[in-house]
Amino acid sequence: MTSVNVDLNGKIPNNVGLSEDAKLQRALEGWLPRYLDWWNEMGPSDFADKPVFLRTAVSVDPGGWAHYDYVRMPDYRWGIFLDPGNGPATIKAGDDAGKPAWLDVPGEHRNALRRIIVTQADTEPASVEQQRLLGHIAPSLYDLRNLFQVNVEEGRHLWAMVYLLHKFFGRDGRDEADELLLRRSGNADKPRILGAFNQPCDHWLSFFAFTMFTDRDGKYQLAALSESGFDPLARTTQFMLTEEAHHLFVGETGMDRIIKRSAELQKLDPNGDVRAQGGIDFDLIQRTINYWYTYSLDLFGGEVSSNASTFFATGLKGRYREEQYSDHLALEGSYRLPVIEGGRMVENDVPLRTAMNEVLRDAYVADCERALRKWNKTLEASGSPTRLTLPSRRFHRHQGIYADHHFDPQGNLISAEQYAANQARWVLVPEDNTYLLSIMKPVYEPGKFANWIAPPAKGIEGRPMDFEYVKVHA
Amino acid sequence: MQDVAHASAGGHSHATAPNPVVDFEVQPRSYHHWKVSYEGPIARVAMAVDPAAPLRDGYELKLNSYDLGVDIELADIVRRMRFEHPEVRVVVLTSANDRVFCAGANIHMLGTSSHAWKVNFCKFTNETRCELEEATAASHQTWVAACNGTTAGGGYELALACKEIYLQDDGNSAVSLPEVPLLGVLPGTGGLTRLVDKRMVRRDRADVFSTTAEGIRGKKAVQWGLVDAIFPRSKFDEKVLERAKALVTAASANLPTGERKGVTLDALHPERTSNGRKYRHVELTWDDTTRTASLTIHGPTPDDVALVERGADAIVRAGADVWALRAFRELDDALLQLRVNHMLVGLVAVRVVGDPSCAQAHDAALIKARDHWFVREVMLHMGRVLRRMDNTSRSFFAFADKGTAFAGCLLEVALASDRLYMLDDTSSPVHLALSEFNEGALPMHTGLTRLQCRLLGAKPQLDALVGRRELLDAEAGDEAGLVTVKLDDIDWDDDTRIAIEERASLSPDALTGMEQNLRFAGPETPDSKIYARLSAWQNWIFIRPNATGPEGALTLYARPERPQFDWSRV
Repeated sequence: MTSVNVDLNGKIPNNVGLSEDAKLQRALEGWLPRYLDWWNEMGPSDFADKPVFLRTAVSVDPGGWAHYDYVRMPDYRWGIFLDPGNGPATIKAGDDAGKPAWLDVPGEHRNALRRIIVTQADTEPASVEQQRLLGHIAPSLYDLRNLFQVNVEEGRHLWAMVYLLHKFFGRDGRDEADELLLRRSGNADKPRILGAFNQPCDHWLSFFAFTMFTDRDGKYQLAALSESGFDPLARTTQFMLTEEAHHLFVGETGMDRIIKRSAELQKLDPNGDVRAQGGIDFDLIQRTINYWYTYSLDLFGGEVSSNASTFFATGLKGRYREEQYSDHLALEGSYRLPVIEGGRMVENDVPLRTAMNEVLRDAYVADCERALRKWNKTLEASGSPTRLTLPSRRFHRHQGIYADHHFDPQGNLISAEQYAANQARWVLVPEDNTYLLSIMKPVYEPGKFANWIAPPAKGIEGRPMDFEYVKVHA
Repeated sequence: MQDVAHASAGGHSHATAPNPVVDFEVQPRSYHHWKVSYEGPIARVAMAVDPAAPLRDGYELKLNSYDLGVDIELADIVRRMRFEHPEVRVVVLTSANDRVFCAGANIHMLGTSSHAWKVNFCKFTNETRCELEEATAASHQTWVAACNGTTAGGGYELALACKEIYLQDDGNSAVSLPEVPLLGVLPGTGGLTRLVDKRMVRRDRADVFSTTAEGIRGKKAVQWGLVDAIFPRSKFDEKVLERAKALVTAASANLPTGERKGVTLDALHPERTSNGRKYRHVELTWDDTTRTASLTIHGPTPDDVALVERGADAIVRAGADVWALRAFRELDDALLQLRVNHMLVGLVAVRVVGDPSCAQAHDAALIKARDHWFVREVMLHMGRVLRRMDNTSRSFFAFADKGTAFAGCLLEVALASDRLYMLDDTSSPVHLALSEFNEGALPMHTGLTRLQCRLLGAKPQLDALVGRRELLDAEAGDEAGLVTVKLDDIDWDDDTRIAIEERASLSPDALTGMEQNLRFAGPETPDSKIYARLSAWQNWIFIRPNATGPEGALTLYARPERPQFDWSRV
């Protein structure tokens, strides 16, 4: 038993007192081998023995959370970290705002909290599964390393959530932790909980769009949870946000580099035909944005939601940066929402608390609009006449009040026939995959990049562009 | 119970909406909420609730949640399945929505309903589920729930009414009864009763299950007996069909005789006036100022008897025109009209007109043909209608005066009434009469006959009555224990008028409670527990501030404020 404890402590850097917590050790001892089995089966395929230049968090100190070195992924040190916080925490939102935060799970909120944590946790292994084959068609070692960095950190985020389940939710929590390893992205029988995490992510255009749009949903969910009155959840998610920022960087700059390269190829080609030059044309990029942005919008939940209202009222979740608001009760206000009534759009005022998903979605949409402006600046600087847009948040939805209706990308209500006639112009279709897979061949030579993507502005952690970020020949 | 995560974006007005006049008769071609298909001995009933077609304004029926309108169609399906599709042995109840089997009763509907509306809604849905169970138990039509998605609250209660429950195993789909933790009310459509009394789930586990809002899924749902099996999503339809086929074989054993060609239930088309509904054999009139109604049933004529005496084949040929089916369908509709559309009526004066000997001959002939599936269905239907009467919260006084014929199956109407007044006038004698229908063919929810219930403490009287077929005049009826008050013609008018006026002056709540306690002497069954224990508690909880007060859980569900409970245990 003692030797196992030592192993576990060495393996799992943490600031949660793992070495003194026999109950938690016992739970994790059982779970760790199952986790590794899952990683070996569903993690990045065929790169287990390759040293990757990875960032590992070994402590929460400013110097400890970003420790860089070559690591083989199965040996990655999955850590459990809580943001150290500053002083006694309080409940940030809802009816009990201002009261001391809960250090343990209050019985009355146990089931709701477990559901919230399981839903968040389920997304972490899901994205690893969705991305497991991408290493074989990486556009550079730099990008390959970023993919793996994202993958191991999603794995670590799973650990962070499983820590909460094991530590605070007893037998049920352990059962849920086990089930997280049994569901599979895109599997008809054991799908992941949320829709976007069951969509295929077969190529790097989708990978960058996924990390740009879908991981950005994760940022806002984590930010809302970092305002939780359940202090361990707030502090865990606060720390996860620092890592999530890197995933968003990978997505946003990845899309930007593709856009930059496509603009170059557009200029290069006598007919402005990006595809003729082996690049990714802007219509396809726009379809990709339309597809992943809207699937990601779904992840915020219903526009009018009693769950969202309850979670806010009970202090389980806050708004994005709750401290920016002066009224943490949010009982009085309302939210104006476009809805469909009798076949046409009208605006309804709904109580603010029931619109909390929409409030969070607003912050997300603003963030995505900012990225679009940046990409369009890249196009402008490259002298391209093309501009990219974000579709309406009503377009191509599978959840919420717009899901049962059809809209064009501008948000106009249209018929099912009109939608079907234009679908291939608006969102990714199977032919897009065929084309993208035809141009995506692996580039494993240090410093080289695939034709369809521009190099990044700089390397990682001060390393040069031709640094061997993944030793694929080791 | 409905998860309202995606509930109506419409206004959250919680004022009680005005009740529409409800029509309980529907036709399959006009179903809004169900898709029914048939393949040989297997029928598929798929819930496909149209969110935009609620019975009243003010809520949307999202996520396969239901209201009275949805349930009226389901009741119609259950009934027609037995009469119009006797070839069906197994009915697979499932959902046309690929994420949700059924989210239960619509909470916005409940939140905007008057107490009486909620009570009537729950009672009707309970009767529909008992009817579905009876189809499995008595009509060789086995209902199976194929829960291909979230099965919550009333959705799980609907599944519980089926003989077997299959749940999709996809890591998400759960069965749940979230009423207590989320709404502060009970799963009142038989859920708690069937959990422990029918499926015999251990009471401690049932306690955990009924307080866990998200419910239980996968293997644990099977281990706890909440469902019979789980099947993976990709094999779900195939496995359910496999099981359905096996059940077809089991349900086909010992089938009643007769060619299994369905009998169409035509529309009743009553004549409607401002104060009445006149059917072919039944007439209902009401008077809101005196708060009374008059319900008259015309017994079988000699022609009706002659038809039945020709035997089962002739009865099937007559189909829905057979007196016993038609008259009881009309009685059923009249009872439902009273319950939902005439809330002010407190007392119903019941009369049966006709010839008692004729009624006895009718009953005897029908009993003789009872081995035929259709005759059997007609009799089972009569039983259900009388049980609906037992459960109707109106005072029923039966008046056996000149020209009346409370005999056989129609004597049951008097026995289901709270009192029987009988005229004792030698110049115009009135008779009661028994038939086999009073001796077990038309049981109450308690399993007793109405005679057994009435004479629970008078076994010698009961024994003397069973098998007795001669006509009973007022004196004999009184001696037999059937008559509440025997009046001669001099007293009749005054005494019956006073009795009616007196009754109509008493507290309607107290009367409902009193009648429901007095009508069901004798043992309990799971069915009777649903109406007595579960419904009574639910109806109490429905008027408690913790549920429906301004800060109650049901009132505030899906609203921004959280409920505030009065923590005193009562």
